[in-house]
Amino acid sequence: MRSVLALPGAPRMARFAGARSRGARFSGALFRGTGFLGKRFLGARSLAMLLLGAPLLAAWLLGAPAHAVTPQERLADPALEARARALSQNLRCLVCQNESIDESDADLAHDIRVLLRQRMLAGDTDAQAVQYLVARYGQFVLLRPPVEPATWVLWYGPAALLLVAGLGTVVWLRRRAGTGAVASAAPLTDAERQRLDEMLRETER
Amino acid sequence: MRKAVYLLPLLAFFALVAWFALALRPSYDPQTLPSAMIDQPAPAFDLATLSGGPDLALSGLKGQVVLVNFFASWCAPCRVEHPILMRLAEQEHVALYGIDYKDRPEAARQILAQLGDPYRAIGLDPDGVTGINFGVYGVPETYVIDKSGQIRKRFVGPLTAESLERELLPLLKKLNAS
Repeated sequence: MRSVLALPGAPRMARFAGARSRGARFSGALFRGTGFLGKRFLGARSLAMLLLGAPLLAAWLLGAPAHAVTPQERLADPALEARARALSQNLRCLVCQNESIDESDADLAHDIRVLLRQRMLAGDTDAQAVQYLVARYGQFVLLRPPVEPATWVLWYGPAALLLVAGLGTVVWLRRRAGTGAVASAAPLTDAERQRLDEMLRETER
Repeated sequence: MRKAVYLLPLLAFFALVAWFALALRPSYDPQTLPSAMIDQPAPAFDLATLSGGPDLALSGLKGQVVLVNFFASWCAPCRVEHPILMRLAEQEHVALYGIDYKDRPEAARQILAQLGDPYRAIGLDPDGVTGINFGVYGVPETYVIDKSGQIRKRFVGPLTAESLERELLPLLKKLNAS
């Protein structure tokens, strides 16, 4: 499939719409299947559909991801190619933006895959090849953001929030338990005990 | 004092609402990326030109404020942008250079003959490598390069009359004065 980047179309969409992944097509088929089940209950045909759908669902969930890498792009050296594949799985396609360049069918993703392999053939280390793209497109190309002061909130925020909430809960629970103990430990005065006995005797009668 | 603590969730809620309102404002497009190249030296290029004249090279553009516009004959938004580029070239006398991104030269020649050619020169980037060096992720994109050869601004998508008046022309005026 040719990328939408290379197709004339509506001004805004044409620039950004990404290539549809294989996953999207699978899920479409699934939704049609469940719609059918919903209407007809479990007839023979829908049972067949379910049997057919289960492996599809499994395939979709466990997922062989869609690979857009064409044979012509691959490097002759398998070790180098494996390195390039590993790198491109962590690089964002700037057109589709939620796919890696390894999965994307966009033209730009193809160009970057080829360029990445050229850099590696020229002797770049993994870090150098990635840095080459980061210098041009910013850290947004990294699907896994690096841990640094600017991303501390991102990496440690959830854990910090959980810690604060957990501590707050512990403090609150202990304080509540404390007040409860004080209330139950207050002894009855003689007058209260006398009155309690009277009340109990009254109810017995 | 203790009561104030109970107002915290409400305040957090309003902070969230403000954040969402900011992210949902119509002028904000979350897919528009900030350029990593702002205030960086523009990547060097030396490209054969569409006219067949001398090469279009970055080194030849130093000393003046230039606009580099990535376009292609197959790109519809570029057509939307075209009248603005004509205005820039003819009325504002901006040094506008084009880079024909991943295109067939004859197709570009044809479309420029049809619509008019706003560019002082057009470099050819058939494999898109110059584009990647600039951080281009779609066409059109327009880069403002100052006298010292630094990228000062990037416009993603077609230039509009509004972006021209509000951002581009004031910036060019400022850069030309400095």
